[in-house]
Amino acid sequence: MSATIQPPASQRDADAALSKGDAKAASELVSWKAGIGLGLLAVLGTVLFGLLANDKLAGFRIAEARDPNASTVAAWVTLAVALAASAYLAYLWAARRRQGGPVDRWIPAAALAAVVVLGLAALGVARLEKVAAPSMAVGWICSAVLLALAGYAIFLTTQRRPAPRWVGGVFAVVFLVGFLVWIVAGGRDSEPSISLGGLLAGSVTLAVPLVFGSLSGVLCERVGVVNIAIEGQLLLGAFSAAVVATVTGNVYFGLISAGVAGALVSLVLAVVSIKYLVNQIIVGVVLNVLISGLTSFLFSTLLTADPEHLNKPGRLDPVDIPFLADIPVIGPILFHQSLVGYLMYAAVIVVYVGLFHTKWGLRVRAVGEHPQAADTVGINVNRTRFRNVLMGGAIAGIGGSFFTLVSVDAFSKDMSGGRGYIALAALIFGRWNPIGAFLAALLFGFADNLQSIITIIGSPVPSQFMAMLPYALTVIAVAGLVGRSRPPAASGIPYVKG
Amino acid sequence: MSEKTTPEPAAPAGKHAAKEPAADSPMQASPVEDVASGVVIDTAGGNIPPSAVPSSSQSGSIRPGPGDSLLRQIFTGNAMVSLLSVVLAIVLGGILMAVTNPKVAATAGYFFAQPGDLLTEVFRPYAALVQGSIFNWAGTDTAAQLYPITETLTVSTPLICAGLGVALAFRAGLFNIGAQGQIIFGALFGAYIGFTWHLPVGLHLLVVIVAGLIGGAVWGGVVGLLKARTGAHEVIVTIMLNYIANFLLLFLLTTPAFQRKGSTNPISPFLDQNALFPELLGPQFRLHAGFLVAVLATAFVWWLLNRSTVGFEFRAVGANASAAQTAGINVARSTILVMAIAGALAGLAGITQVSGTEKYLSGGVAASIGFDAITVALLGRSTPWGTFFAGLLFGAFRAGGVAMQAQTQTPIDIVLVIQSLIVLFIAAPPLVRAIFGLNPRKKKPTQGGTAGSKASGVKSGAAA
Repeated sequence: MSATIQPPASQRDADAALSKGDAKAASELVSWKAGIGLGLLAVLGTVLFGLLANDKLAGFRIAEARDPNASTVAAWVTLAVALAASAYLAYLWAARRRQGGPVDRWIPAAALAAVVVLGLAALGVARLEKVAAPSMAVGWICSAVLLALAGYAIFLTTQRRPAPRWVGGVFAVVFLVGFLVWIVAGGRDSEPSISLGGLLAGSVTLAVPLVFGSLSGVLCERVGVVNIAIEGQLLLGAFSAAVVATVTGNVYFGLISAGVAGALVSLVLAVVSIKYLVNQIIVGVVLNVLISGLTSFLFSTLLTADPEHLNKPGRLDPVDIPFLADIPVIGPILFHQSLVGYLMYAAVIVVYVGLFHTKWGLRVRAVGEHPQAADTVGINVNRTRFRNVLMGGAIAGIGGSFFTLVSVDAFSKDMSGGRGYIALAALIFGRWNPIGAFLAALLFGFADNLQSIITIIGSPVPSQFMAMLPYALTVIAVAGLVGRSRPPAASGIPYVKG
Repeated sequence: MSEKTTPEPAAPAGKHAAKEPAADSPMQASPVEDVASGVVIDTAGGNIPPSAVPSSSQSGSIRPGPGDSLLRQIFTGNAMVSLLSVVLAIVLGGILMAVTNPKVAATAGYFFAQPGDLLTEVFRPYAALVQGSIFNWAGTDTAAQLYPITETLTVSTPLICAGLGVALAFRAGLFNIGAQGQIIFGALFGAYIGFTWHLPVGLHLLVVIVAGLIGGAVWGGVVGLLKARTGAHEVIVTIMLNYIANFLLLFLLTTPAFQRKGSTNPISPFLDQNALFPELLGPQFRLHAGFLVAVLATAFVWWLLNRSTVGFEFRAVGANASAAQTAGINVARSTILVMAIAGALAGLAGITQVSGTEKYLSGGVAASIGFDAITVALLGRSTPWGTFFAGLLFGAFRAGGVAMQAQTQTPIDIVLVIQSLIVLFIAAPPLVRAIFGLNPRKKKPTQGGTAGSKASGVKSGAAA
């Protein structure tokens, strides 16, 4: 994602159609959904953060740096770079607005990211160790902002104007801040606190298999094949990574075999659904059951009988990227990952650039949106689908190796634990876009990690409700209550050359 | 970026349907092409995903070729494919068990001296499976000998009910992956009425059943409502609602309203005696009247689909929603209604669990019934009685699997493998026909030859 991104006309319809479609649909018929939805959430926020708040201080510990000297340098450099980047982006933004041209979607997003980095670097430079927020005051401020935003959205709706996109964004951020402060202040201690660095770092780590899984889903769905089998691909990837790494004594072979195993699941999916034209959802569901049964059976018979020689893979230890890992707060979160974690960054970028900025990607999306048209211009629809499904499986398989090579160093029954389905949710929440899926997976990883942290500190919200969050968000997303999510047009429909 | 020919997503897709040569030349079509033409009809010319079970196999058998004898038609028909799928899956499961069993390797060492040992070892798990699911020939008295078959019926009961729910939705063109959540909701509603209210005999059970039906119908109806009003894909919604229902159940079981007094475990109190299904064969068997309810439910679904207007509308919507809309059928209403009924049937499965088999509510009340129900409905080709017998078969696998695990230490997970293989093969009849060399109207004799050798390869692999 650099400044070279100038969405060509061909890309607009697939990528920017969402926003354009939103605007168009909204101008024709201003929906009350946004206003009512925000209003209800604002009332909920007021009740929770304001009325139910206690007078404790919510503490957020900022992770301390490991090497004080290096980190100061890194922090100052990051601060400077972030400052420059934010200034440049703000200038670009303002310039585009002044010319009256449309502002590309990446500019506000990149500006926001730069500002966040700026803020975090500033925290590092200031050597702040802990931020404490009075929950009552913060709660009421957040409630007031939420109510004001909801009121603004409702006011605009009465004026038959759609609420601008930033309203939703700001609302989400303020809601999140209010929620975090409220939930931490609800802890058992007299002065409850959580580690912000730990919370974020854990979120990224937990999101790794989700990101790989949802990228697999993106590759398959963009080409018109629904991939419900992500769960199976993750699971078989985890299994074969554990076994191969143990047998060969080399974790890298394990990593490769995980990719092969995922592709194998995909091969069955592709053969049965593309060649034999069986409904893709059925094949996916059945494959998940098959892989679950197969790995559990082999685990119970072979792996438990001889764990020394079959189920003792080594670990892929976290590797620090020099300099970058020394940046306070950000470094430990983003640049203290295992090889699988870094592969995740690479995969997101490769899939994004590949899908939206190459000839290959254009063909893939054409096949997914309108296979007949793609066929007419000479693209082999079913071969393209076959390749993509295999690629997707390999990616999900590598994601599965996270379970046995990074997270826990042994395979156990059904250890993917439904994350394949959360990956599916992330894919939809991210609107079939690799970057969107990545961010959605991060959000779900955050919810997952927050759930385990607040279980430790004790919280007013039962942990089951936190666990429910990703699923509830997805239902809301697919129901079109927040924006519009539209799958590729030919997704799920086998192509028969006629 | 040389190409600028991205297709317009908004291009009128309907035109292609007309252009598709659906079944122009059925006489010369090869097996794969035959399937292809079927799929073209099934997807309305590439506009909708194909139905769970191809329409041709729902209505009967595939069209016989011109020169096919009656015998050949029987051998290539759907019943045969189902049978062969089961056989193939069992053979593959046997191979899997054989290669992972160290005793088999040991007996294989002296195979030529005493071939009996190896074969006994290979077939032992399946013998235990039959012994645990149909007839226990080692039992001391009649009751002990017949216990397995009653156990099979007990385990089948929720599978049949939930399977009917999935099958009904399939017939209306909807993928109800959400039986799991609907079972939980049915069990939740029913169990709550069951242990908090105290009503007279008969009435209490009736109220519990109704509550369970409502619970399931609510959770299923939500899916239909979202699908009809917002177009949200039911597969995604049902998967997500499964998790939501599961976490809700886990949460409720920690609250005073649901948790058993004096217990630290997340389980509910026992249901009232009046709220339980009566035992059919006395207290030494677990078989309860819920099985009769499952039979009634099957008959009801058969009547609904084949004899009622509503069912006709469901099937019309399932075959082609656009055509149904044009014909004046209220598709949105049908979608909501069919999901509510499907949910109610799954809710009934939840009731047979809490009111019959388990007698209390726990976090594992739905076990994996909701997912097994999908395979049951697929194996039953989405017909009510087909689903019924598929439920019995998978119930037998489940019941026998437990006995097998106890007797031969073969993990019960093998049952999952066999079940999913069966469904995979059933879903792709050409694959099975190719493996057994039964493809109808094949033009090239060589094709049959290679397929036949493949099949014999599989068989000899099983024997080895």
